[in-house]
Amino acid sequence: MLEIRDLHASINGKEILNGISLTIRDGEVHALMGQNGAGKSTLSNIIVGHPAYEVTSGTITFNGKDLLSMAPEERAHLGIFLSFQQPVEIPGVSMTNFMRAALNAKRKAQGLDPLPATEFLKLMRERRKIVDLDSKLANRSVNEGFSGGEKKRNEIFQMAMLEPTFAILDETDSGLDVDALRIVAEGFNKLRRPETSALVITHYQRLLDYLKPDIIHVLIGGKIVHTGGPEVAMMIENNGFDQFIKE
Amino acid sequence: MLREIAEKKYEYGFTTDVDTDIIEKGLSEDVVRQISEKKGEPAWLLEFRLKAFRYWQTLEEPTWGHLKMPKIDYQDISYYAAPSTGNSGNSGTIDPELMKTFDKLGIPLEERLALSGMAVDAVMDSVSVKTTFRERLKEKGIIFCSISEAVREHGDLVRQYLGSVVPYRDNFFAALNSAVFSDGSFVYIPKGVRCPMELSTYFRINARGTGQFERTLIVCDDDAYVSYLEGCTAPMRDENQLHAAIVEIVVMENAEVKYSTVQNWYPGDKDGNGGVLNLVTKRGHLRGRNSRLSWTQVETGSAITWKYPSCVLSGDGSQAEFYSVALTNNHQQADTGTKMIHLGKNTKSTIISKGISAGHSQNAYRGLVRVSKDADGARNYSSCDSLLLGSKCGAHTFPYMDVQNPTAVVEHEATTSKISEDQLFYCNQRGIPLEDAVGLIVNGYAKDVLNKLPMEFAAEAQKLLGVSLEGAVG
Repeated sequence: MLEIRDLHASINGKEILNGISLTIRDGEVHALMGQNGAGKSTLSNIIVGHPAYEVTSGTITFNGKDLLSMAPEERAHLGIFLSFQQPVEIPGVSMTNFMRAALNAKRKAQGLDPLPATEFLKLMRERRKIVDLDSKLANRSVNEGFSGGEKKRNEIFQMAMLEPTFAILDETDSGLDVDALRIVAEGFNKLRRPETSALVITHYQRLLDYLKPDIIHVLIGGKIVHTGGPEVAMMIENNGFDQFIKE
Repeated sequence: MLREIAEKKYEYGFTTDVDTDIIEKGLSEDVVRQISEKKGEPAWLLEFRLKAFRYWQTLEEPTWGHLKMPKIDYQDISYYAAPSTGNSGNSGTIDPELMKTFDKLGIPLEERLALSGMAVDAVMDSVSVKTTFRERLKEKGIIFCSISEAVREHGDLVRQYLGSVVPYRDNFFAALNSAVFSDGSFVYIPKGVRCPMELSTYFRINARGTGQFERTLIVCDDDAYVSYLEGCTAPMRDENQLHAAIVEIVVMENAEVKYSTVQNWYPGDKDGNGGVLNLVTKRGHLRGRNSRLSWTQVETGSAITWKYPSCVLSGDGSQAEFYSVALTNNHQQADTGTKMIHLGKNTKSTIISKGISAGHSQNAYRGLVRVSKDADGARNYSSCDSLLLGSKCGAHTFPYMDVQNPTAVVEHEATTSKISEDQLFYCNQRGIPLEDAVGLIVNGYAKDVLNKLPMEFAAEAQKLLGVSLEGAVG
């Protein structure tokens, strides 16, 4: 599904990623762990095409297509979704209008007509339940006045609406209390289908206890220094990241 | 990501090929007499025009606007242009070219095709081409016709109110308009009548080298109601075209007038060549107790916009509202706002202004709230927001307050914000392309004003905001 080859990238001339290679197959959940500044968010931003980051060399393909030559919205239309670490507020734009614009843009790219209003609203109601999102929030402006936890739930709600085939969860667990974490994680699990895959970025094991990743990568200094199974999370929990620096 | 401007589309930029009866360029007493004669006007109106013209000659153009105004040569403009096969207001035959033009603008002049629930007065250059649904309105005693016709058929009414809200001495452009105004609409809603449909005037400039000086007069008698909409477009020309209109509204006791404008005059090209100079005086007089007037404007066109739809709140308990979205792109300039003059007791006014600037444009809100010493219990709430797209445009706010009554409550809030790259990227990541994202955010920002428009036009205005920003980001 997603294949990253020897990726180097920088922001404002400063190199952040030093040759990352990573393959995520259909149905797999990978976790990416690492300290602040290791390049985790840079990698996720590059996959979705954030214009602030410059790819200096390397390739990313998605189902064989060259992602790096595509506009961010085209990548989204292919089924790539990022749950943002810090979702931005868009005053004046209701969640309903925002989701309708997003869903219909995707349908248009797939050659489908816009979803009729009644069906769309029904879908909104259904998918809200997955993350227990209050109906009042759906009528408010995008993320405006949402608490930290509500913003993260709103990200997973949007994921439920757009049904991506590949999702990136960028520190979706940060700022969540235990209950909210459970709701978000269970919501994510309900949305999994056999063919969908995900990249989960986190510092902590707790989210991974729910999501049960197949493969865990440790990112240090812009490089993947260790790849292993679920046991890696426990190793980090017990002994920190320093153990991998020596490798 | 937010950067320079590409050429935007202006889909109304075509011209209509019809024979046009044009008075030679230039302005003199003689020209004023010619206009009056062509229109077969009574002596009192010629006298009104001449007084205005003589007064205008003593005036200088105002320079206080936050505008770089090109030099206007008033002798290089034709002050009267009439498509010669158009006829003023009545049935008869209309040149099929004119019918086609208005069809193309989405304003069908055949009643069977017209938007249901809306009567239209279509004005091209200096004359009214056709007014629809006149008979149906007449049954209720409503007069809706071109002002030229009103002068002939309802002379006393026009004479009583013309210049009563905007006197010719008001300002330079008002004096000019009073001297040379050509056509426009007249509305009279009799006592106790609720106008059963939206009334609308559609203004179109067509001829080259002409100015448009229309004049609209609306009188809403006691306990009456009317909702009125004005729309306008012009061909793309590389010269500036002068548009200096006057709108006067009289609102009597317990009466209510809603006046909405979607202004889409040609804004000039991306380098700032051509475009309409939109220099307009609009004012309403809330004469009676508990009268209500609201101005709603969506201003996206014109190279320069200079207009301040205002309200004089004389009647005790009268309420006035001003809702405005002014969008400037490329090299457009707007200096727009309102005046709320509180004279009566317990009068209330609300000002909601939303400026949107893109490209190299300059966008200013200028507003005055005046509370006279007798206006006990007057209240005003003003909110002026500016939204910037890019770093080469400007947003300015000039709020003036003059409060002479200690019981008055006057509140003013202002914000300036930018569409951030993070907001746009968030939309992009959800699959929404850049221009749609800008449209979504701008419409969200303007929705408090757009919601005040009659339904059919809110949708139009939304589209217009999107189209006007095409190329503003990339």
